[in-house]
Amino acid sequence: MSRRLKGVLFRGLLLFSLLVGFSMLIVLLVDVFRDGLPYLDMALLTNPPSSDPEIAGARPAILATLYMGILLLIFVVPLGVGTALYLEEYADKTRWYNRLLEINIQNLAAVPSIVYGILGLAFLVRGLGLGRVLLAGAMILTLLVLPTVIIAAREAIRSVPDSIRQGAYALGATQWQVVSRQVLPAAIPGIATGSILALARAIGETAPLILIGAVTYISFDPTILGPFTALPIQIYSFLRLPQEEFKLLAAASIIVLLVILLTLNAFAIYIRNKYRRTW
Amino acid sequence: MTTMTEQASSIEPMSLADIAQTHGDGSVTDREAVFRVRDLYVSYGGNVAIRGVNLDVHKNAVTAFIGPSGCGKSTLIRCFDRMNDLVPSAKVGGEVLYHGKDLYAADVDPVEVRRRIGMVFQKPNPFPKSIYDNIAFGPRVLGLKGSLDERVERALHQAALWDEVKDRLKESALGLSGGQQQRLCIARCLAVEPDVILMDEPASALDPISTTRIEDLMHELKREYTIVIVTHNMQQAARVADMTAFFSVQVDEETGRRTGVLVEYDNTAKIFTTPADKRTEDYVTGRFG
Repeated sequence: MSRRLKGVLFRGLLLFSLLVGFSMLIVLLVDVFRDGLPYLDMALLTNPPSSDPEIAGARPAILATLYMGILLLIFVVPLGVGTALYLEEYADKTRWYNRLLEINIQNLAAVPSIVYGILGLAFLVRGLGLGRVLLAGAMILTLLVLPTVIIAAREAIRSVPDSIRQGAYALGATQWQVVSRQVLPAAIPGIATGSILALARAIGETAPLILIGAVTYISFDPTILGPFTALPIQIYSFLRLPQEEFKLLAAASIIVLLVILLTLNAFAIYIRNKYRRTW
Repeated sequence: MTTMTEQASSIEPMSLADIAQTHGDGSVTDREAVFRVRDLYVSYGGNVAIRGVNLDVHKNAVTAFIGPSGCGKSTLIRCFDRMNDLVPSAKVGGEVLYHGKDLYAADVDPVEVRRRIGMVFQKPNPFPKSIYDNIAFGPRVLGLKGSLDERVERALHQAALWDEVKDRLKESALGLSGGQQQRLCIARCLAVEPDVILMDEPASALDPISTTRIEDLMHELKREYTIVIVTHNMQQAARVADMTAFFSVQVDEETGRRTGVLVEYDNTAKIFTTPADKRTEDYVTGRFG
């Protein structure tokens, strides 16, 4: 076989692997949009679920997903950035306990989400006695994506060149001033991107929420300390109903979820590009 | 061809000794000593970088540290503003007296040391902020009184950068050229009104024209400040320094470990014309290094 032919063949193989994944995505999108578009109307966004598919909507689930997303960001950003700053700027990496912490965080990122659900059920819902409420859901999603945010924030902090820290120290800045006025501002684009991607992941999660008892049928607007559902769970419960129309309603809800996720991802990409910096 | 050869030979380059004699000021040793280094010793995780250093740095003079790579000159200059503290494995022994006070005494706060002793680094390191905010950073973190605008303008004038940047103070400092960035870093250092300016190979990343500007600046600045400069460029030392210290690397015969030592410290003119030590002579005449 000639060298040229090998090159062409290899290129073809690479293109094939790309097409496998890409075509699945296209099939999914086409299928969902074909089924769901006719049902994608204001009723879906503003009405609560109902036994009549003509007036049924997903308003409580959409609201609960938004509430959880906001709570999640409020919890996860300070915790994640704080941990990352400690590990990168303050921890003495030659100490065994700091290395142990680091390894643990990497492992946490690989823990299956259902395990977090069990943790949430045992410690938040029952242990702390929070009950099966939206707040518990937001907290468990926080724990779930916290390692991701920590890792992204650490990357962002590490990419701030040491010469910036040295320059600030040389002017008589304290460690806190160096961190808060130089390192953190320079790392914000990376931290924001990582946090938004983590949020997108959390919003798509179903398993841990089912475990801590998100309800499948809820006809009123959720509150932070009340029972709740979430968009992926609502999709699942639509699909379980016998009437064919609910399957189409599920497709329409999937479109809503996809739009939320893609908007978040687009926002993350926008931030990354806008603040991209060359040192 | 003939004329070119004649021309070339007629512009005979000045020897280091000539440069040193026209520039250096030999009387600076009479002036007050800002730093007195006594038996200084620095190690990184057990490896001794430099040891047995004794020298005085005099007020309103430029003191140059020269020597081959690995001789510990950068390590030494970082002892003067306790920047070595940022390296967790670094250990410093001996004394660095600053106006008679040991910088490494237990009650000395390195942050307080650094506000009086400024530093300019090898590679220009402007903050990713505007030109104005770069200069204002020091006065802001130190909570210095007085008009910030005036302080910024004064520092930029002192660093001979004002005319080039006065119309774009709000623009990013990263848009400046390398030479401008380095003068910005000098201005940033001047804005907190330090007593001493340490320069660690400040022109090594710059083109010849920018280098000349930095050197001219040093001549200006030494009237008000005390300057210590590390350089691997002997011409530069000869041009700017009043006093010059030559460092060398000593290799342990048994372990093969390399340690920096101070070979000779004297007036720049003396170092470049009649050095007392054979090693200095070999280095400044280009036979070694």
